[in-house]
Amino acid sequence: MDYFLTEEQQMIVDLSRQITDELIIPQRAALDESEDFPGAILDAIAKADLFGVYIPEEYGGFGAGTFEIVLALEQFGRGCVGVATAFAASALGAFPILVAGSEEMKQKYLPDIASGAKKAAFALTEANAGSDASGIQTTAVLDGEEWVLNGTKQWITNAGEAKIYTVVAMTDRAKGPRGASMFVVEDSDPGFSYGVKEKKLGIRASSTRELIFKDCRIPKERLIGRLGTGFITVMKTLDKSRPGIAVLGVGLGQAALDEAVRYAKQRVQFGKPIISFQAVQHMLADMAIQVEAARAIVYAAARHIDAHPKDMSKASSMCKVFATDMAMKVTVDAVQVLGGYGYMRDYPVEKMMRDAKILQIYEGTNQIQRNVVGQELNKEYT
Amino acid sequence: MLLIDINACIGCGLCEANCAFAAIRVVDGIAEVNENCTLCGACVDFCEAGALQIEGREEAVKDDLSQWTGIWVFTEYRHGRVAPVSYELLGAGRKLADRKGVLLSAVLLTDSAGEVPGELISYGADQVYVVEDQGFAQFTDDVYGNALEDLARQYKPEVILAGATAIGRSFIPRVATSLKTGLTADCTQLDIQEEDGVLLQTRPAFGGNIMATIACTGRRPQMATVRPLVMKANAPDPGRQGKIMRCAIAPDRLLSRIKVRNFFPLAGDQVKLNEADIVVAGGRGLESEKGFLLIAELAQELGGAVAASRAAVDSGWIAYPHQVGQTGKTVSPKVYIACGISGAIQHLVGMQSSDTIVAINRDANAPIFDVAAYGVVGDVFEILPKLIDKIKETRAS
Amino acid sequence: MKIIVCIKQVPDAKDVRLDPKTNTLAREGVQSIINPYDRHALEEAVRIKENMGGTVTVMTMGPPQAEEILREAVSCGADEAVLVSDRAFAGADTLATTYTLSQAIKKIGGADLILCGKQAIDGDTAQVGPGLAVRMGMPYVTCVRKISAAKDKPFIVERLMDDGYDEIEIELPALFTVVKEINEPRLPSLKGKMKAKKLSVTTLTAADINADASQLGLKGSPTWVVRVFAPQFKGQRTMIQGTVQEQVDQLAEKILEWC
Repeated sequence: MDYFLTEEQQMIVDLSRQITDELIIPQRAALDESEDFPGAILDAIAKADLFGVYIPEEYGGFGAGTFEIVLALEQFGRGCVGVATAFAASALGAFPILVAGSEEMKQKYLPDIASGAKKAAFALTEANAGSDASGIQTTAVLDGEEWVLNGTKQWITNAGEAKIYTVVAMTDRAKGPRGASMFVVEDSDPGFSYGVKEKKLGIRASSTRELIFKDCRIPKERLIGRLGTGFITVMKTLDKSRPGIAVLGVGLGQAALDEAVRYAKQRVQFGKPIISFQAVQHMLADMAIQVEAARAIVYAAARHIDAHPKDMSKASSMCKVFATDMAMKVTVDAVQVLGGYGYMRDYPVEKMMRDAKILQIYEGTNQIQRNVVGQELNKEYT
Repeated sequence: MLLIDINACIGCGLCEANCAFAAIRVVDGIAEVNENCTLCGACVDFCEAGALQIEGREEAVKDDLSQWTGIWVFTEYRHGRVAPVSYELLGAGRKLADRKGVLLSAVLLTDSAGEVPGELISYGADQVYVVEDQGFAQFTDDVYGNALEDLARQYKPEVILAGATAIGRSFIPRVATSLKTGLTADCTQLDIQEEDGVLLQTRPAFGGNIMATIACTGRRPQMATVRPLVMKANAPDPGRQGKIMRCAIAPDRLLSRIKVRNFFPLAGDQVKLNEADIVVAGGRGLESEKGFLLIAELAQELGGAVAASRAAVDSGWIAYPHQVGQTGKTVSPKVYIACGISGAIQHLVGMQSSDTIVAINRDANAPIFDVAAYGVVGDVFEILPKLIDKIKETRAS
Repeated sequence: MKIIVCIKQVPDAKDVRLDPKTNTLAREGVQSIINPYDRHALEEAVRIKENMGGTVTVMTMGPPQAEEILREAVSCGADEAVLVSDRAFAGADTLATTYTLSQAIKKIGGADLILCGKQAIDGDTAQVGPGLAVRMGMPYVTCVRKISAAKDKPFIVERLMDDGYDEIEIELPALFTVVKEINEPRLPSLKGKMKAKKLSVTTLTAADINADASQLGLKGSPTWVVRVFAPQFKGQRTMIQGTVQEQVDQLAEKILEWC
């Protein structure tokens, strides 16, 4: 289907496709096996100027928006959701600075993030605070000219690889959600360290570790935005970032569909390629319909967000749920089409199925997304 | 432009059938040319009606060709060793010279000739032009090029042949450009055209997908580099008589603008590849660097060298010096064992002249079997370990 | 430093095949690409520019469509692009090509350094680099696998030979042809692509480069193609049959006979 991309948008697609085909796809199986961080691939993405797609030109970026980064992520997701997650996590880490940071803060951090010289990471989740963010136990206390952070963040993507972390901590627990604030923590800050690397079902090329703050002291001006606005910044960040996760589902679903159709055309049983059997055709047709529908809703949501509407939560959550549930289903079906071969690591679809699962979980579980949509409906119909 | 004389054209379609570029088509009984035309002129030679002409070709400047006579072979002599291709060229040159009834000469540029001129005569040269000078101690394009150019201007050979080696491919173009004459690279076949005695030079093009026969009619000398291991050297005849002509080159022509500071030889195995009697080669079917351990083991067991297809080299499983094919080395061993190599034409051109080719491949339709004397359809990972064991076992007993 | 990289548009080798039935090169779906070796030359030029300053100009001789590869080269780091294009250049062999390129380079003010790929994958002659150097009166080194450059010092380059490599000292101006080992070419960048889109490519015709017509195209080409044909392969193709062990036993027996 033609989505009427501009020439610049098409350029981003072409470039991301080339990186995906030439660098990511040939290496994805090895990265999945070794669980190594894809440093060289990310360097190539940086050289191609893609880390700065969504960052304004005055901070060294390309000055485009959510839709453009969605286009890039769709290609990377088609190649490997692990690599794509490592790339996307840097944008997620940069968004708080972009949406709430001061001019000085933007000038200090965004150019390095745009060039890819430094990667960023976003740190919200803790052992007792996942979907329920009010359970956050990490604290930040002002001591003279410095904030002192204590606590542990869990399952932080790009931990240990990023140089710039945007961290949520409670500055006044008594105020509940209004007592949370966001801070920039740098890799080299005293009292800041990392936990061991987690072993995961999928997206193994991405690095997932704890952030440990033990009397971690950072300068006062590292506070992002005003005191107590941490959760608002988090919500704004996630509203902007969810289409990026959703589109990984689109790319992944497309990849699974591609593999399934290719296989069905060449696999011969009962004297015919299995694509000539209606049972298989219908599976493939359903997969194709769902991938295209997901692409349409994600593109629409991303364009909606780029129009800077007052309210973007519903569109953002809807596309995340739809596209990632789709990716789970389509990758399971792709394994089914490939049968026993699909279950083997010689073929890429079992990895795709493992990678798909995280999309329904991270950046807000799909259950939480449905809550958001439901709450918005409730508001709309009052 | 390709000119078509519509009055002469009989619409026979010979041109269409013989155009490699699908550039000419007979429409309504008359040949028509399209933008695919490369002006190669193949159609002109096939046209029996004389309806086709390449505009411009007839106007090419003609030298006074009769002054130029004799066949020359450039002797590649480096680090105290004559490159085998030079002997092969003396073998090929001998045939050409005999057909034309002219002299075959070798050209030797060196800091110290020693016994080499006599050897060149024993391999078939009638005479050897020797220039001895310190300037030839290291290979530099400008000094070697100047010397060969000056000798050619003075003694006027009609043909100059050199090996299509690193050295030949590097400095021979310099000589051809300076002499403003034609040069054909990487020839695999040389012949003399009956009518006018012109050298017909055949070479692979488009990655070996097509063969093209090239001629240089209007200028002299006709120059060609020839792939190693394609021509056959004659057995040396120590009693053969010939003339050794010592020549001098003007001193200012022996000053190089580059300085060779150091030479670093390759590890032994890599150099051996072109000269090995047995070559065991692996391709994409080996799947990884680890797969090549099997190739290395079999090669070692047989006392052979390890080679690879371009796919394997590009995947980073083995280093480039092992690459055989159009963009790698040409080999011609007694036995070539191709394992997991599909046999893309680019690979075949580098090994097809091997005496016996054995192919092991999963895909029974792989083109490698078309050149193989013996083929085994099967999984290399199953066959190679068993084969290695069997050979060890048989040798032990 | 003014660096010129000569590039050539070639059909993608993996797509090219002679159809044995029609004896023609299958052209359908064959993509035109930058000659792969030239990509390495371009990358090396861009790296030298990044280290030592200067400009990188890409030049190609070809039909108007060759402008595409010039834009691609700019998206990968070149600054300027020159298309040398005229019907009079058609049918050029390497001698006529080097004349044409040298006239074009002189026209745009010469160069301190010229880089070329080792050879083009369609013709595989490896003659244009050395020939161009002769026309420009420059020293040259072919098959370069490493270039070490420092300000106000001669360049040190490594030349791949059949038996190893030579380390060579050379002063600019000079021409090098490069092999693939020299570097890993970068992909285009977004900013490069934007630049390439806006770039106006300089086109030079035969008249622009003050060319002597007798040295151009077919007229200036001493070599010509007599015949084109499909390569023939021998092979009697005896397939060894049986179970894996039987196959191995027969094969081992034969191999031991030969070796």
